[in-house]
Amino acid sequence: MNSLNNYLKAVLAIARKDLAAEIRSRELVSAMLVFSLLVVLIFNFALELDKSARENVAAGVLWVTFTFAGTLGLNRTFAAEKDRGSLDGLLLAPVDRTAIYFGKLISTLVFMLLVEAVVLPVFSVLYGISLFNFLLFGVILLGTFGYGGVGTLLACMAAQTRTRDVMLPILLFPVTVPVMLGAVRASTGILANAEWGDIAMWINILVVYDVIFVAVAVMVFDYLIEE
Amino acid sequence: MIEIHNLTKNFGAKPVLRGVSLTVQSGEFVALMGPNGAGKTTLLRIVASLTRPSFGRVRVDSFDLPAQADSVRRVLGVVSHHTLLYGDLTAEENLRFYGQLYGVENLSKRIEDVLDQVGLSKRRHDLVRSFSRGMAQRLSIGRAVLHSPDVMLFDEPHTGLDQEASVMLDELLKSVAAQGRSVLMISHDLPRSLQLADRVMILSHGKIAYDAPTKNLSLADFAQTYSELTQ
Repeated sequence: MNSLNNYLKAVLAIARKDLAAEIRSRELVSAMLVFSLLVVLIFNFALELDKSARENVAAGVLWVTFTFAGTLGLNRTFAAEKDRGSLDGLLLAPVDRTAIYFGKLISTLVFMLLVEAVVLPVFSVLYGISLFNFLLFGVILLGTFGYGGVGTLLACMAAQTRTRDVMLPILLFPVTVPVMLGAVRASTGILANAEWGDIAMWINILVVYDVIFVAVAVMVFDYLIEE
Repeated sequence: MIEIHNLTKNFGAKPVLRGVSLTVQSGEFVALMGPNGAGKTTLLRIVASLTRPSFGRVRVDSFDLPAQADSVRRVLGVVSHHTLLYGDLTAEENLRFYGQLYGVENLSKRIEDVLDQVGLSKRRHDLVRSFSRGMAQRLSIGRAVLHSPDVMLFDEPHTGLDQEASVMLDELLKSVAAQGRSVLMISHDLPRSLQLADRVMILSHGKIAYDAPTKNLSLADFAQTYSELTQ
């Protein structure tokens, strides 16, 4: 019980440290936000479509925006620690190293969800589509969790390489195809007011993906983060 | 106490450490010296549980590595030329963060004591990025002793410090070592190592080539020996 307590304290300490540093520097979230808004704007001008066509592509554009912005954030998750040499400080802590993974995952999710919370209303205005739907919010949460979960694991792996900025997207995009497919299809179904049966399968895929990849991360993280 | 027996480390086919054996007793300050590429940092990273040994036995305070790495990390304090601090956090926030990672009890009181010890109480609310290299290194020592470790590892702690900051750091290292801790320090600074350590060792070509107490060892003799062994 005591060791679980220490573990949770370490997870929260790492997440809090990342959030506090980001509040001071505002480097990561501002970059993710500007990038997201630019992507939404560019797609808005590039796809001069009628209303029904916009509804068909809206979910795809939304998730492309989220994933590209998320990759920007994920790229810095471990790379920043590695560059300033502070990763060793985390590795020297007397806790199970998966605490580092979960701490980093929490801070990444907070950054991604913050950006998404700003992008959604802007997207809604530009595309003339109401996105205020609790089921859609649930899908966004599941998709973001899946993307962030795998991304944090692969960011740790990519941070050990010299070409990490290029390496992360190359590793990440193929592995997250199921989560993107599930998220885009479920979001499209929700925006088109499809039957629950049509949406449920994609949500199930998201849930299963999230569970499997977090379990995989717990099993392999210790090996990935070691030299 | 650090006990290393027949330690070997290979990176791929390249051997870096070739059967290193050494002991650092409780309360002893040992300086490990050697040319670049001799394997000093690799040795230190193995003792710090950051790198796995290829062969051999490493024990820290009776805990085996790598099997009992979590227990080893609990009794270990590490200071390297990287401060392991976060520039966007204040001195106090940095110590609080590490204190939480190590599960330090009465953390606020302990942080106060440590900041006093390293002479940074008045700068506790300042961001570390505004610190000079010397101040950051002092805070780094505070970070390393926060959880009251029995064993300290110093990896070239004087790197990048000016003369005044180095002297201040020496005093701090002596006070840290004087508290009965085992200390293993890597350095390229022969005079400073002779002055600080109880024993000096020279690591050359992956092996301990020299091991002697500093008492009655003159700088000239040691420099001569160092030069001969590291050619």
